[in-house]
Amino acid sequence: MTSIKVELKQHQAEKLREVCRSFGNQEGELINVLHKAQGIFGYLPAEVQEMVAEELNVPVARVYGVVTFYSFFSMIPKGRNPISICTGTACYVRGAEKVLDEFRKQLSIGIGETTPDGKFSINCLRCVGACGLAPVVMIGEKTYGRVAPDEVKAILKEYEND
Amino acid sequence: MNTINLTIDKKPVSVPAGTTVLEAARSLGIQIPTLCYLGLHDLNIENKPAGCRICVVEVEGRRNLAPACATDCAEGMVVSTHNIRVLNARRTVMELILSDHPFECLTCAKNGTCDLQSMAQELGIREIHYQGEKSTYRKDTSPSIIRDVDKCILCRRCEMMCNDFQTVGALSGVNRGFQAVVAPAFEMNLEYSSCTYCGQCVAVCPTAALTEVDHTGKVLRALADPGKTVIVQTAPAVRAALGEAFGMEPGTLVTGKMVSALRELGFDHVFDTDFAADLTIMEEGTELLGRLTRFLEGDKQVRLPILTSCCPAWVNFFETYFADMKDIPSTARSPQQMFGSIAKTWFAERIGVNREDLVVVSIMPCLAKKYECQREEFSVDGNPDVDYALTTRELANLIKQANLDLKQLPDSDFDQPMGESTGAAVIFGTTGGVIEAAVRTAYEIHTGKSLNRVDFKELRGLENIRSATVDFNGFPLRIGIAHGLGNARKLLEEIREGKSEYHAIEIMACPGGCIGGGGQPLHHGDSSILKARQKAIYTEDELKVIRKSHENPAIQELYASFLGQPLSEKAHHLLHTHYFEKKKRKVSIG
Ligand code: SF4
Ligand code: SF4
Ligand code: SF4
Ligand code: FES
Repeated sequence: MTSIKVELKQHQAEKLREVCRSFGNQEGELINVLHKAQGIFGYLPAEVQEMVAEELNVPVARVYGVVTFYSFFSMIPKGRNPISICTGTACYVRGAEKVLDEFRKQLSIGIGETTPDGKFSINCLRCVGACGLAPVVMIGEKTYGRVAPDEVKAILKEYEND
Repeated sequence: MNTINLTIDKKPVSVPAGTTVLEAARSLGIQIPTLCYLGLHDLNIENKPAGCRICVVEVEGRRNLAPACATDCAEGMVVSTHNIRVLNARRTVMELILSDHPFECLTCAKNGTCDLQSMAQELGIREIHYQGEKSTYRKDTSPSIIRDVDKCILCRRCEMMCNDFQTVGALSGVNRGFQAVVAPAFEMNLEYSSCTYCGQCVAVCPTAALTEVDHTGKVLRALADPGKTVIVQTAPAVRAALGEAFGMEPGTLVTGKMVSALRELGFDHVFDTDFAADLTIMEEGTELLGRLTRFLEGDKQVRLPILTSCCPAWVNFFETYFADMKDIPSTARSPQQMFGSIAKTWFAERIGVNREDLVVVSIMPCLAKKYECQREEFSVDGNPDVDYALTTRELANLIKQANLDLKQLPDSDFDQPMGESTGAAVIFGTTGGVIEAAVRTAYEIHTGKSLNRVDFKELRGLENIRSATVDFNGFPLRIGIAHGLGNARKLLEEIREGKSEYHAIEIMACPGGCIGGGGQPLHHGDSSILKARQKAIYTEDELKVIRKSHENPAIQELYASFLGQPLSEKAHHLLHTHYFEKKKRKVSIG
């Protein structure tokens, strides 16, 4: 397990409490609360889980149990340039996996991981509805279409100074 | 209609609605094997995740085999518990569990007492037809407990005890699939979690995934060191359970044989924690009376109810969850620590031995005591008042290693002066006992009258939370008793909300009190064993000539020659403590 130490800023903490309150601080709403929390923070660091545990009055071990059970939840922050690779059928058929492998190789990280400098992270997406452009890669807001593995290096270079 | 008729292995049986097939079979004397299931029904403790499927049976008309532990009986059901289909299924389940289990039985801490091992034996497993990767995980050692997750079979009994019974929630199932383990939050070490070291997870773990830290080697080395004087104290609950490790009936009292065994092992003085339990009553009882007197004089500041403080897991619990109320518990140290403190001052001086050359060993039913004796405030210049706390199970191992058969040893008496004790001290071993002992003494001191009956039956039993009112010369003293930290939590929350009606509350972390401690011979889910131990404790009380702590002559002498009065300055220094707020351990792990 990787743990990234963050102090929750005052306003973030307040926002999180607000989320818990909106679910009536109910133990049974744990998954929904975590879902919302991940929406706010992008991931679920230990501090967020602890606060949720306190607000909903459940043991933090149980919160951690839920976070580690569902692959949707992540304890690792996304990179400043989150790379999303579509692995929907069309993209898959047109070689998305090779593109994914190339990103992993270039960055030396796996799916769901973030580079140590926090610059990039890799995630897979289900069909993004741009099948005409398959295989599709998104980095932050920017979309790249018909990506070939040998273009990956050049794409990453665009972010050199980020 | 509330009665259900069914047939199990061709035998007809009628059971109340809601009975499981497992229970119905047991009522017929048919023992369906179980692994994940655990039921301590006298204590309302049950683990029923229906996870392991070792208990499957065939129900006529159903396609799939049914887990007996989680299947309710239905009218007209026809059940087979051991036909070939069932036996094969059970064997497959077992082989699958074993295919991801380290084969270390010969050197395992649970060798001979492991449920998985005995199940493999019962099912006649000779070969494992499944080969696969084995999951591995780091070992985690805390002051009391070792986690060896490789031996975990994910029965979740520990999780149930820690979450449902204790409401501590230190352990939870985390990750999934092949990576699934039972672990503290963020998979931190137990030591940094909210664990109280009550040891109830260890008490129910069927394998050696959870065991106590073994200090027998250290004790053997101390015994072999000619430069050391090694003395031992034994807690009250030990004598009511030790015999079980030697095949004796649960509830057999082995006090005298245990003393002989300890002498054979080479301890220089064999003493009794009961001596210190009497001392605890003097201090705690006086504290109770002090608060009560101030209360009766109209002092609004006085903190009532007073809470007992002799269970270290309970102390850990309130330091973690109720630190805002840390002025409520008695400040009296536990009997184990009072013993150590007096042994390394008064007794050491009496026999002319330096503190550093005196080794104090305690035999406890308890895992929290291992942690307690390492607490910094219970040491002087780095030398602990109690050097090593062994469990009842560890003592049994030492006795076996010394080639002694407990059953055949003669009875002998504790040494003096720290072996002298009363019936009041013995009952510390069961839920309700500490407060009964306190009442016996406080009543006589408060009223100046002598009790014509010392048995307060209204304080006894195994119900989770009990309450009783004792007439203190016209003043109705209201007493609450809880065992199990979840039950304690309820009483504590009442206090926090200002709704508590009690003047005094006794709390023990373990089911039944120390008789059900995490260091006792394993009960394997049979609560009649706890009942038998409880009965033994009350029998020992009745057999004692002196049954009130303040009448213990050795205690009287200790006060006359050394301590002065209860709550004197010296007594405060040696016998009392203060509590700390344990942070609800914020993650500071990396
Ligand atoms: S020792 Fe008690 S508190 Fe600690 S993990 Fe085990 S059951 Fe929970
Ligand atoms: S640690 Fe023991 S009690 Fe807990 S789930 Fe594993 S095998 Fe069961
Ligand atoms: S009840 Fe007894 S055995 Fe259990 S933790 Fe407390 S002192 Fe130890
Ligand atoms: S004992 Fe019934 S499923 Fe485990």
